Amino acid sequence: MSEFSLYLLQQLINGLTIGSTYALIAIGYTMVYGIIGMINFAHGEIYMIGSYVTFIVIAGLMGMGIASLPIILIIALVVAIFISSTYGWTVERVAYRPLRGTNRLIPLISAIGMSIFLQNFVVLSQGSRDVALPPQITGGWNFGDPSLFEVSLSYMQVLIFAVTFISMTLLTLFISRSRMGRACRACSEDLGMTNLLGIDTNKIIALTFIVGAALAAIAGLLLGLYYGVVNPFVGFIAGLKAFTAAVLGGIGSIPGAMLGGLILGVTEAMTAAFFPSEYKDVVSFGLLVTILLFRPSGLLGKPEVEKV
Amino acid sequence: MTSSKLYNAIFAAGISLILACLMIGVKLDTDGSTLAVKGATTEQWMWIFGGIAVVFLSQLFSAQVDALFGAIPKPNFQKVLPQGEKMAALKPWLISAVIVVMLIWPFMVSRGTVDLATLTLIYIMLGLGLNIVVGLAGLLDLGFVAFYAVGAYTYALLSQYFGMSFWACLPISAAMAAGFGFLLGFPVLRLRGDYLAIVTLGFGEIIRILLNNWTSLTGGPNGISGIAKPGLFGLEFNRRAKEEGAVTFHEYFGMDYSSSYKVIFLYLIAVLLVICVIYLINRLMRMPIGRAWEALREDEIACRSLGLNRTAIKLSAFTLGASTAGFAGCFFAARQGFISPESFVFIESAIILAIVVLGGMGSQVGIIFAAIIMTILPEMAREFAEYRMLLFGLLMVVMMRWRPEGLVPMKRPNLELKQQ
Repeated sequence: MSEFSLYLLQQLINGLTIGSTYALIAIGYTMVYGIIGMINFAHGEIYMIGSYVTFIVIAGLMGMGIASLPIILIIALVVAIFISSTYGWTVERVAYRPLRGTNRLIPLISAIGMSIFLQNFVVLSQGSRDVALPPQITGGWNFGDPSLFEVSLSYMQVLIFAVTFISMTLLTLFISRSRMGRACRACSEDLGMTNLLGIDTNKIIALTFIVGAALAAIAGLLLGLYYGVVNPFVGFIAGLKAFTAAVLGGIGSIPGAMLGGLILGVTEAMTAAFFPSEYKDVVSFGLLVTILLFRPSGLLGKPEVEKV
Repeated sequence: MTSSKLYNAIFAAGISLILACLMIGVKLDTDGSTLAVKGATTEQWMWIFGGIAVVFLSQLFSAQVDALFGAIPKPNFQKVLPQGEKMAALKPWLISAVIVVMLIWPFMVSRGTVDLATLTLIYIMLGLGLNIVVGLAGLLDLGFVAFYAVGAYTYALLSQYFGMSFWACLPISAAMAAGFGFLLGFPVLRLRGDYLAIVTLGFGEIIRILLNNWTSLTGGPNGISGIAKPGLFGLEFNRRAKEEGAVTFHEYFGMDYSSSYKVIFLYLIAVLLVICVIYLINRLMRMPIGRAWEALREDEIACRSLGLNRTAIKLSAFTLGASTAGFAGCFFAARQGFISPESFVFIESAIILAIVVLGGMGSQVGIIFAAIIMTILPEMAREFAEYRMLLFGLLMVVMMRWRPEGLVPMKRPNLELKQQ
């Protein structure tokens, strides 16, 4: 293979890595939107909190002298999921549930307020500077021609693919097979009717926020370890990207969010290969506008039928 | 007191403990090259448990707490004013009184206060502009600040490269912002509302990124400084005229130089602009186009069945809103004398949107009140500088729960037929 195609292969791997984490966050947006038709603006902050909790747990356990990395990571994952889910549940309880049934803009504003609140809450409690964690998982495979360009696939990237794949599979099984998952699907079809059929829709909506927050926490752990840096402001841009991914794939559709995340990640990486990396956001939003122009309901979204 | 209440209270307290224990109770600390954690001090733990106790008690006595909050009267400025015919007779007097007060009071107060009032007027202008888009036409725009930035940078660049004056740039800025609004709105407005929200949000970010990275034109993160201040028919407000032979304001009128003239003059320009904007929007609201905006917001399908051109109507609202932001941006650049991409971040869009929603969507009086509150409150909270944004976020949530319809709910312009 030529040098150029090896370089593109490297960018493809990097893009898929980032894209799969976008997909994890995007699912939170798409599930909430699918059920209550609202944009959960505070979702990016939940991801950011997930990253912080991961760092805290890892630093804490290492300070206690536990050396086994797998154990540390598993504990960090469980704690991050638990705490982030609690935050997700609280956001729903405080900023969404009391406002259900009002004008669509009202919960959106309160969610923006919640997002500002959470961001500044972390600024106050953890400081606004970058917190850096030394790389935990090092090494990887190198292949390609060393004289031209060496493509590297790090163990961290493999871990990201594996964890994302497992989470997506579990989520798909949960949504398609379990009783709760069926109730979730019923809610996204028709919230009022589901309620009439005796399903506690409040519980299902809360569950949606919890599942979304758990996936965001997983993304927070993975991206935190991948970049090795976190600050209170990472949530905004990650949330924006993930929401773009959700819209790209067709909001409300879970496979769409996965696809959208991957496409967005790869597009960004490819852009970064040819242009200064500051412009990758410009290209990803440009892509969004183009796709919306030709497929207004996203790639896998159902076209909406307007009823009178 | 039932046991379910006790259960609720314990549950809420437990949740608060989970929320607080790691994020407040433990602080990440860089110790050399390794990352370490530091437990909170005893005082911080006291605060945490104090907060949890408050949550526990407020849940335990939720009925009493709700009753207490319910007893707080909800402000509705609509009721303060007399209604109907009386109001119609009173209105011209009321408006002229407000204008006279607005023109006189800056001469009696300090410079800082006038400066703050000018800032408030900018936010009023922005709020009124976004009100056309969100309040009247019902289009959710989360990147309004982009048009503000376009207006500001248009004036800054024209003034820097071509030495054009503020007054010449004012319409150009508005036209530029409107042009951007048209370009963005044309493809997007055919889509469903929520997509508009995300596309405008993305557009806001794109503009900011471009301003930040196009260093050769915009100066990048350093911004543009030394933007010319507006003058009065060619008279400058500086101590000495920039050009040889030009006359400054105080020399022309034979007064002593005072830096507050400049501040007051800027304030008066802002008042003038705001009055123009209010007047124009008021006229527009009564015109067929204004009615069409509201009709489209209420029922899109019905409007289309009646033969209204959906895209043209939405586009007109979007473009007009953008041009108002362009006005505000041009004035902002003139007032600051310095602009950088830092002034045009997403949080500004959120603040403007909050002004519109807090004021009562579509209601101009409400937006003026809300803009005043939103600019004065953070100034008053200066002592809590580090808690300012935290409180701002909390206020947005609380206001939406407490009074979602806004301070002054919108009233349609109407005429009553007199009883014979």
